[in-house]
Amino acid sequence: MRVVGKGIAKIDGLSIATGKPAYTEDLAAANALVIKILRSPHAFAKIKTIDTAEAKKLAGVVCILTHKDVPKVRFTLAGQSYPEPSPYDRLILDELVRYVGDEVAIIAAVNEKIALQARDLIKVEYEVLEPVLDFETATEHPSMVHPEDDLFCNFDTGLIKEKNIASSQKVEYGNVEEAFEQCAVVVEETYYTQAQAHAMMETYRAYSYLDPAGRLVVVSSTQIPFHVRRQLARALQIPASRIRVIKPRIGGGFGGKQTTVAEIFPALVTLKTGKPAKIIYDRRETFTCSSCRHAMRIKVRLGADADGTIRAIDIDALSDTGAYGEHASTVVSLVGEKTLPLYNKTKALRFVAHAVYTNKMNAGALRGFGATQGTFAVESTVNKLAEALKMDPSEIRLQNLIKAGETCLPYEGKLLGSSSLHRCIQRGKELIGWQEKYPGKDLGNKVRAVGMAVTMQGSGIAGIDTASAEIRLQDDGNYTLLIGSTDLGTGSDTILAQMAAEVLETPLENIAVYAADTDVSPYDPGSYASSTTYVTGMAVVKAAEDLRQQILQRGAKFLESIPEEVEFDGKIITTLDGTKNIGLEKLAYLSVLGAGKCQLVGHGTHGSNVSPPPFIAGFAEVEVDKETGQVNLVDYVAMVDCGTVVNPNLARIQVEGGVVQGIGLALYEDVRYDQKGNLLTNSFMQYKIPCRKDIGNITVGFEESFEPTGPFGAKSIGEVVINTPAPAIAHAVYNAVGVRITKLPITPEKVYMGMYK
Amino acid sequence: MFTIDHLVQPQTIEEAYQILHEHASNTVLGGSAYLRLGSKKIRTAIDLANLQLDSIKEQDNQFVIGAMVTFRDLETHPALKTYFNGMLPQSVRNIIGVQFRNVVTVGATVYSKYGFSDLLTALLALDTEVELHQGGRMPLANFLAKPYPKDILTRIFIQKNNRQAVYQDLRNSKSDYPILNTAVSCLENQWRIVVGARPLKAAIAVAASQELSGKATLSPADIKNAAQKAAEELSFGTNLRGTAEYRQAMCSVLVNRAITEVEACK
Amino acid sequence: MQIETILNNQRVTLEIVPDEMLADTLRRYGLLSVRQGCDTSCCGLCTVWIDGKPTLSCSTLAYRVSGKRVTTIEGVQGEAEEFAQMLVAEGAEQCGFCSPGFILTVLAMKHELKNPTEEQIIHYLTGNLCRCTGYMGQLRAIKKYLGVE
Repeated sequence: MRVVGKGIAKIDGLSIATGKPAYTEDLAAANALVIKILRSPHAFAKIKTIDTAEAKKLAGVVCILTHKDVPKVRFTLAGQSYPEPSPYDRLILDELVRYVGDEVAIIAAVNEKIALQARDLIKVEYEVLEPVLDFETATEHPSMVHPEDDLFCNFDTGLIKEKNIASSQKVEYGNVEEAFEQCAVVVEETYYTQAQAHAMMETYRAYSYLDPAGRLVVVSSTQIPFHVRRQLARALQIPASRIRVIKPRIGGGFGGKQTTVAEIFPALVTLKTGKPAKIIYDRRETFTCSSCRHAMRIKVRLGADADGTIRAIDIDALSDTGAYGEHASTVVSLVGEKTLPLYNKTKALRFVAHAVYTNKMNAGALRGFGATQGTFAVESTVNKLAEALKMDPSEIRLQNLIKAGETCLPYEGKLLGSSSLHRCIQRGKELIGWQEKYPGKDLGNKVRAVGMAVTMQGSGIAGIDTASAEIRLQDDGNYTLLIGSTDLGTGSDTILAQMAAEVLETPLENIAVYAADTDVSPYDPGSYASSTTYVTGMAVVKAAEDLRQQILQRGAKFLESIPEEVEFDGKIITTLDGTKNIGLEKLAYLSVLGAGKCQLVGHGTHGSNVSPPPFIAGFAEVEVDKETGQVNLVDYVAMVDCGTVVNPNLARIQVEGGVVQGIGLALYEDVRYDQKGNLLTNSFMQYKIPCRKDIGNITVGFEESFEPTGPFGAKSIGEVVINTPAPAIAHAVYNAVGVRITKLPITPEKVYMGMYK
Repeated sequence: MFTIDHLVQPQTIEEAYQILHEHASNTVLGGSAYLRLGSKKIRTAIDLANLQLDSIKEQDNQFVIGAMVTFRDLETHPALKTYFNGMLPQSVRNIIGVQFRNVVTVGATVYSKYGFSDLLTALLALDTEVELHQGGRMPLANFLAKPYPKDILTRIFIQKNNRQAVYQDLRNSKSDYPILNTAVSCLENQWRIVVGARPLKAAIAVAASQELSGKATLSPADIKNAAQKAAEELSFGTNLRGTAEYRQAMCSVLVNRAITEVEACK
Repeated sequence: MQIETILNNQRVTLEIVPDEMLADTLRRYGLLSVRQGCDTSCCGLCTVWIDGKPTLSCSTLAYRVSGKRVTTIEGVQGEAEEFAQMLVAEGAEQCGFCSPGFILTVLAMKHELKNPTEEQIIHYLTGNLCRCTGYMGQLRAIKKYLGVE
């Protein structure tokens, strides 16, 4: 292949790296109204009165909106294809505020200072209610987080509002209890995975204006422009045809921008005032009032034969979805969906899950999306099982993991299309030095040890998300690729252009990429669920093949031949006998010249019935200080199967970045609240993401497989990368000092207390 | 949101002091890195930029460090890198990043008596004096011990007396604020053990220091005993970074390591 | 109030208010490479040079650059591009939002340190947070740029 498989630089790389204006705030009109939000100081309260009179009198205040000024139609902000499996449990502004930071009033003023002054002048009287803060007792709590009569979900996801349950689910394959009875060894453990913040560098922001036709244009740093448009239409009660959503460059997302966070506020202000408006969340708002990873309690039971064959897995997950149910059912379902298929020698599996409402910031999508939580719990238990069986933890995996061409209980009869996970484990062991280092070595005050974990994710949402792509042959022979996916910085625009260039046999520079704009781009659910390379990629391949076919047809027509008897090398269409030819440029301008002509446009739409898993084998080497409990990560090896590697440089950075985010989850990051539901970790001062000195060395390797359903054999890579560090590091810490950390993050204090208390 | 109505750059320290006392909300600006964290309504903010307080002067018997000297200045000063075993640069080098240390000042840190401060712990282990414009010159320990009327910290003085000193800290993420820090120094067999970020502000473990003092050499048992004493005599609190119980346990570990290291330097 | 400063090598007069931070002033004057990622002086995104030193513009009162030289990445495009090419070749700009502040810190380091070691590079850049790349690719680009083994 010429272009696919090459480590090509991102097409927008130099421009964004050198600070050119390309992000939402850079593009906002200078005269846009500045929006600030008055937020609830209480975790749970009913607004008795709001007095905005004083605030409205302030010169420069343009509008102040409260729950009396918004439509009374509930919606969800989850970035999911319609009909969404998330409860419609929100209003733009509600009489009931459900967490500290929930929106109470929207203030628009001519500048920030006045908006903030006005905010301070609004008087609100609250009836403070008893908040539900502990997710483990939420189902028995006397308070109902969502007592409203119009709470609604498109599907039966097991929502029981009286018990604060947003979703309940249960799946069972085979007879679990019987299978456990037959097992020689059974191990069990309960884990807690913490809420995590996305902490993308560009906070949430959006601006809006009316175009000359009076349509609402919303420019937003979002992963999901088409979902945003649909949600705005419902929330604002205006037709979607009157709304256009444009996504400029995005300063990181990690799933945070798969939930609509800020867009509604400027949109509403622009509709009410006719004026452009913008909202820029500060970091504190971003931590406090957006979304986070679902905190979970996960109980895992594993049973195996004496020879180490894993026969039964039982998982019980409880997820804290916070005040609103965005992604509540889907995230917790991935705890099982992305772990149970791995170990396919099982006779029986059970997965029981609940997601509960609490009076804390809502959880939502975050890279890994439930698989991260499930991987920590299941992989930690596999490591515990290996110990109980006195087996090498890598061997038990090699013995039990699914291989390409095999099936597993949850996908009975369906064969796994591709996997190089066994090779990943072998190679990873070599790179970390497993044979020499496992389990660990005492160095006096310190101990060095290694640990491991494996994981899978998906590639797109099978049977649901469908993407389209369009490629135009422009008048002078170059191409424009139109897509609706949203490059978060990952380089997906470049990767998709590489695929188009490969099919059309043209240099990458000959393809302009435009994304994403709901008026112009073909439909795409957005970039989430590890879908862009795999799903949108396939749509691009189809579009490019369609266009290629049209070029052959049109070329044959000009050459007075038939498509079967001409060939196209990317530049020239030639008859097979070599007698006649026409250049692409000429074909292009002739296609748009004169009567009866038609511009050539290739179309492709793709949805997949499968979501082929990428795999990773992760290995951690740590040095633990025996006197302080401090864990120093020395080395991390991630061996990756993402199918064909479309762009090795961009893939490698995705892995390194995801691993470091996983290291953050493992060692530092922890969203914490006080007794009243106030977020304590509301800044980078108190919520520590890994810095450059924290990460040790990271080695990334690829063991390519070929996924038959993917573009050029590719699968996904965006999410799977975050899953292994937490269980692998926890395992290494156990091998170092014998302390089994079951509650993330692994702080020095927990390790120390485990050793000495 | 903080606000400032007026900004002045006085030409003399006396003028600065006069303005400071013209109104209760008038404030001397330090590096202003933490200004945005609060919601102070300042009538007149006083910038000391014109008062030549931004240098480190090495004299025969002391270092004179102006209030406006930044942490980065401390970190990169050639003499400080070697004096006191390089403890002062060591104590500030892990604070956030270069661009932050180019902003924050010695004067504001000392004047504010921050509990999480790394620098205060290190300074307290040395023979450091603080100069207030009105309050005059006093040992740092005295300054930290009680509240003083609103004043302007102009300079600090550190005696160049060949004290052997070591700074140790425990952080989780390496650019985080410390869970606990300690500085231990020794001059002519007189020891001083300081522990900060407890999370209360830095304090001298007096009894533990005395325990060691006067001995020509220290045995591992002496060191262990003193470290234990320090952990017993000081008080510890709980915050996001750690519990009081853990801090107390870590106090003996860090102090033990620091004493051992100083002993090795002697 | 007005201040005189040398902004990207040009002597300019800036109209400011007393409590305005430099980052806001610079954006207001169209220097949109200056970004803010936190409100607590700890992400490094807003890094500019004041008299050549990398400094947090979000935490510096605009008033204080009176008479000083302020440099944003717009003022050193040639030098920045030279390094940015290497960064982009690694794919290590990713979302790009933190890149201007990061690149300015890298260039300041190049000016300040002679032949830095890997440890010194990491130390100098610790104040520049990045959530996308995991830092490794940035380090590879810097090592190539500085010729560090």
